[in-house]
Amino acid sequence: MHNEDLKNAPAELLVETARRSRRKFIAEAGALTFSGVAVAMLGGQSTAIAAGIGDAAAAQDVRILRTAVAAEHEAVAAYQLGAESGLLEPAVLKVAVKFQGHHKEHVEALAAAIRKLGGDAPDALKQYDFPVEKLKNQADVLNFAAGLERGAVSAYAGAIPAFDNRELSSAAASILADEAMHWAVLRHALGLDPVPGAFFS
Amino acid sequence: MTAAVAMCRLAKALLLLLVGCIAAAPSLFGGVVGGTDTGAAGQDIYGQCIGCHSPDRNRTGPLHCGLFGRVSGTVQGFEYSPAMREARVTWDAESLDWFLRSPLDAIPGTTMGFAGIRDDARRTQLIEWLETLVEDSPLCEGVR
Repeated sequence: MHNEDLKNAPAELLVETARRSRRKFIAEAGALTFSGVAVAMLGGQSTAIAAGIGDAAAAQDVRILRTAVAAEHEAVAAYQLGAESGLLEPAVLKVAVKFQGHHKEHVEALAAAIRKLGGDAPDALKQYDFPVEKLKNQADVLNFAAGLERGAVSAYAGAIPAFDNRELSSAAASILADEAMHWAVLRHALGLDPVPGAFFS
Repeated sequence: MTAAVAMCRLAKALLLLLVGCIAAAPSLFGGVVGGTDTGAAGQDIYGQCIGCHSPDRNRTGPLHCGLFGRVSGTVQGFEYSPAMREARVTWDAESLDWFLRSPLDAIPGTTMGFAGIRDDARRTQLIEWLETLVEDSPLCEGVR
């Protein structure tokens, strides 16, 4: 559409065009969020950058990544617990499973980065010590999940400056953004302010 | 239907199901979401720890109940890094202040991948709150 046409277009058409473009952008951005961008950062470019497991800085990065994988495994298990609890309405269950899928993707990407750096990613524990006795209803499950997501945001915020490899910091920031979105959605669902402040640590 | 639209609808469904039901819910990993009047600042800062830690349960990191006076690397049932096991630090206000400022520098080889709390006042507030995690704390119920 030329500028002249744009000027003469009915307002509704412009609004609809903008709406469609935004939807397309959001959909495409969502698809790229982790699988396209962060995996490439973690699993591809880091190969050339890694100095090897013998290097102290790389070894420290691996330890941080292993801790992150362990925490992501915990999140996957927690959502599994919630999904199997029988306490979630179908629509909520769908969201929980979606979020769990994100955490599984995080595990895969972080584990790939560890392997590229010459390390071994930790497996999930056989059993997690979750406060199962306190999960009595859907709100309890969502609050439990929100607590984990909030913790994950802080954990990544604390890890990002600790990485020696800046690309790992960048990838961790990508994961942090995803965890923050989970946290906001869960808080909203719980009737809490989804975005309680301008800054967060 | 795009994924974004579907997500939006699901979020709305979540909201409709639960909005108004809950004013403030305690954390299910130790009451750390929300806050209390006593030690609220330290408790809030502890929010930075709950990705890996809990007062009363071993998770990615060890539990914190009974931290003061404990020797590093000695919580039963938790698998520590060799560095932490060998550090043999007794946790008190001074050692925690040293460690939490920059864990990775304090004990190289620790798996605690956290850059640290550089602000002295915030570190002190957190340590004061950690000191409250003793046997008779409600957050430590059932912890031996």
